[in-house]
Amino acid sequence: MATSPHTRVRAAKLAAGDRAAGNPAAEAKHAVAPAAISAIERVRLARNPSRPQTLDYVEHLVRDFFEIHGDRRFADDGAIVAGLGYFGRRAVAIVGHQRGRSTQERIRRNFGKSHPEGYRKAARVYDLASRMGLPLITFIDTQGAEPGLGAEERGQAEAIAANLELMMRLETPVIACVIGEGGSGGALALGVANVILMQENACYSVITPEGCAAILWREGGPERVADAAAALKLSAPDLLRLKVADEVVPEPPGGAHLDPPHAARELGRALERQLARLERLSPIRLRRAREKKFAAMGAGFVSSRRVENQRPLG
Amino acid sequence: MAEREQGGRAAAAQGGAEDLWVKCPGCREIAFRKEVERNLNVCPKCGYHHRLTVEQRLTITIDRGSWRELFEDLAAGDPLEFHDSRPYPQRLEQAQRASGRNDAVVTGVARIEGHPAALAVMDFAFMGGSMGTVVGEKIARLVDHAATQGLAAVVFCASGGARMQEGALSLMQMAKVAGALGRLRDARRPYLAVLCDPTTGGVAASFAMLGDLNLAEPGALIGFAGRRVIEQTTNQVLPEGFQSAEFLLAHGMLDAIVPRAQMRATLGRLLAMLGGARGRRRKPASA
Ligand SMILES: [Zn+2]
Repeated sequence: MATSPHTRVRAAKLAAGDRAAGNPAAEAKHAVAPAAISAIERVRLARNPSRPQTLDYVEHLVRDFFEIHGDRRFADDGAIVAGLGYFGRRAVAIVGHQRGRSTQERIRRNFGKSHPEGYRKAARVYDLASRMGLPLITFIDTQGAEPGLGAEERGQAEAIAANLELMMRLETPVIACVIGEGGSGGALALGVANVILMQENACYSVITPEGCAAILWREGGPERVADAAAALKLSAPDLLRLKVADEVVPEPPGGAHLDPPHAARELGRALERQLARLERLSPIRLRRAREKKFAAMGAGFVSSRRVENQRPLG
Repeated sequence: MAEREQGGRAAAAQGGAEDLWVKCPGCREIAFRKEVERNLNVCPKCGYHHRLTVEQRLTITIDRGSWRELFEDLAAGDPLEFHDSRPYPQRLEQAQRASGRNDAVVTGVARIEGHPAALAVMDFAFMGGSMGTVVGEKIARLVDHAATQGLAAVVFCASGGARMQEGALSLMQMAKVAGALGRLRDARRPYLAVLCDPTTGGVAASFAMLGDLNLAEPGALIGFAGRRVIEQTTNQVLPEGFQSAEFLLAHGMLDAIVPRAQMRATLGRLLAMLGGARGRRRKPASA
């Protein structure tokens, strides 16, 4: 194990990070060239168990946090945390995935994989934020929605779908921060935002690299998973290019887990700047701007072309 | 998400003895294809609903001569430059050649039992009915067309989910279409979702589950996560009929299961009751 190539690469990175952290010059604007780190390495960084999670950012960035529990239908889902607090001088609403850190906490929070209850708790907070005019900040950090019997019985698909429609119509500023792994519909249920911030080593994808490899190559070996990660263009720089992400938020050298306060400062700065901009828009314009943003997603890649053997219908 | 797409069998087998006979996955009996087709592609012995082609679906659903297709020229690019064993554009081209269409959905306006509606029919034979930028764009535009023209919207869903080859852009289509449905709701026009076999993944978790009324064909597979994924990750024993239309009806996720022979009349009835005809829009009650 200690001699596996991945471990060695990671150890080298950690050492480099430590060196950089002790160097005040590294505090300043740094830029990891996108090519310097492979897609699968970013996935590993995004999943690093000591990477800061939603409640860490809440602790660093939000004052007087009041946590909200339960969906009023079935249960309180620990995979999603929600609440109210102050960001700077303004009251805000917060919703985020929480993977958990200790084994016990991870089990209690189902590793950040929400059941329908979590999305329905989120929906309560979305609606409240919109009616009270509180900006909504979400933190995305999940491999995906829980795949399971109970989740299906209680309408996992419906819970996610309802959040997409609801988030789109919120008449308040919405900013989504992808802080770890953004996995498919379970991530998007917190992601219909005016602005999508991605931390430098965060990922956002329609499917996990493992799932993609299993489907495309019918095997899940590490090389195929790495190929799938690269093919999916799930890194922050790639998604900035594809206009899915609006801004890439720098992380401390070596990754957010090496200096969480530093990572939180960077994220806080981006949030402050984006919120100040969005707060100038009227409630209805905030909704329209969000609708327009998503209407444009991928539209630039669609062209008008007549298929040669087009068959008449009807 | 789109895990079933690779296994997407072409709805119409080409040539050979296969053409004359069809094996029923429901009762495993061999039946004369013509006889099954005369019965709306429902097994005369056990009632199994075979998957339909887009042409078959339109023929049995809409009033003859009422179809006007919209947005048929929209075609996908290759935003990710995606390459597995073959480049994505090659896979697309193959599906386009086989279907004679650009992508996995057709959209247009038609009449159903005399009631005008904006109609989308997904094509499972086209890369598993997967939703990429074109499917998202076409359905969103269709729903917006319904909202501005005061039409009801009807979507026949059949999809394994989001299209992997267009990555996060496919995922974002889920939100794009949900946004359009929000505007249709504001315009007080009805949306009927008809869930056909199969409706799973990212399509289930967006417009398929957002109908004012959610209808399904008997026996249709409907769900968010794939059965195999659930079994592998949770070791749960899944009950008989898990993720069938009947399972979803029992758990409160559907309004009705409508046998194919009654679908057209049912849609007509519902469009009549919900004011699918234009010009009957009521003012919102003042609070
Ligand atoms: Zn049969």
